[in-house]
Amino acid sequence: MKYVTEYRDAALVQGVMERIRRLVTRPWVIMEICGGQTHSIVRYGLDQMLPPEIELVHGPGCPVCVTPLELIDKALAIASRPEVIFCSYGDMLRVPGSGRDLFSVKAAGGQVRVVYSPLDAVEIARQNPEKQVVFFAIGFETTAPPNVMSVLAARRLGLKNYSILVSHVRVPPAMEAILSAPANRVQGFLLAGHVCTVMGYWEYLPLAEKYRVPMTVTGFEPLDLAQGLWHTICMLEEGRVAVENAYARSVTLEGNRAAQETIRQVFEECDRTWRGIGVIPMSGWWLRPEFAEFDAEKRFDVEAIRPQESPICIAGQILQGQKKPRDCLAFGKECTPEHPLGATMVSSEGACAAYYRYGR
Amino acid sequence: MCLGVPGKIIEKYERNGMPMAKVDFGGVVRETCLAYVPEAQVGDYCIVHVGFALNLVSEQEAQETLALLRQIADLESELGPPPG
Ligand code: SF4
Repeated sequence: MKYVTEYRDAALVQGVMERIRRLVTRPWVIMEICGGQTHSIVRYGLDQMLPPEIELVHGPGCPVCVTPLELIDKALAIASRPEVIFCSYGDMLRVPGSGRDLFSVKAAGGQVRVVYSPLDAVEIARQNPEKQVVFFAIGFETTAPPNVMSVLAARRLGLKNYSILVSHVRVPPAMEAILSAPANRVQGFLLAGHVCTVMGYWEYLPLAEKYRVPMTVTGFEPLDLAQGLWHTICMLEEGRVAVENAYARSVTLEGNRAAQETIRQVFEECDRTWRGIGVIPMSGWWLRPEFAEFDAEKRFDVEAIRPQESPICIAGQILQGQKKPRDCLAFGKECTPEHPLGATMVSSEGACAAYYRYGR
Repeated sequence: MCLGVPGKIIEKYERNGMPMAKVDFGGVVRETCLAYVPEAQVGDYCIVHVGFALNLVSEQEAQETLALLRQIADLESELGPPPG
């Protein structure tokens, strides 16, 4: 496949890794932001090809992992209502709230549908005017352009029965939270290539400068990741701070302007709670007042529930690069992908799930 | 969810006033919204997330990157086996 197979060339990956081994003189801790990258790194064994001086820690960029329990409970309450068709990306169905998940709501007769695109949810609303169709709009900057477009499409079609339950988060404030924490260990970052495809990487320049941390925009194939590591380690070894782009076939400095403008038209910034981490100021998006009629939290009066997290789970520290999955006493014992106790075991993009699946 | 994959635009059309396309991912064809890449042409590659093209892949940048990586990896053979 074009733009895929070329970036899985094992010999080339080996070659770049060998150069990294020659280059490294000291220990460095590098964080990849995105859960998709975590998955690729562990799946292709890139962590094991690196010299022992390089430690990779795994960032908070897994939308399923960081969606707070409280919002999942709200989703469950809304999905259980008889007049509602609840639409979601497939990844969210297995995520347990306090006690149950969307699958069990579906099994109990609730109308829960997996959609590929939010436009599919709009289409379901158009075809079912007697029902209330709610879309679970979760994710980072990558799903924001599709999710806001569904709202604009619903408004254009004059739909009164479409709304979204918004749980949107943004990468730069989370990185700032990680970097400013006293326990921070991260010295360099691999930036999430598809977040930067939408947003560009101009937002990261002041962050790199302020915390003196080099960053590299990085893609998802093994060779992309090797290249991202190469750039980051070169900067660390040279004592240079910059934001470099190792995913230039997809990412430009300014990103997709049309997508950014459409996001700003529909969403505004707000404080968000990150599961396992807590509230990060201005780290998310919600609907602007002009679009309040599409806000599922306003349309359905669901009381705020205060759910309990498992007390042994250290997912919050893992998502901030302070701990690794193996540091958790429950890993692979009480906690497995079949019976997840915490956020990072639930999603295949979560660090605990990747470590479990690929035997780290 | 964030593992957007590159696919090739094979047909363009309009639906509900929205620019749409059929995009081929190595044999699997999916409907994709082109609202964020109005300049897209049949034959272009794009990164698709949850049914939306987020950009067009730059062939030129892809070639330059691969050439650079071959250079990095190749220097290896010029330098001979690693010490130790
Ligand atoms: S192994 Fe399970 S309990 Fe432990 S940190 Fe990971 S998700 Fe939490």
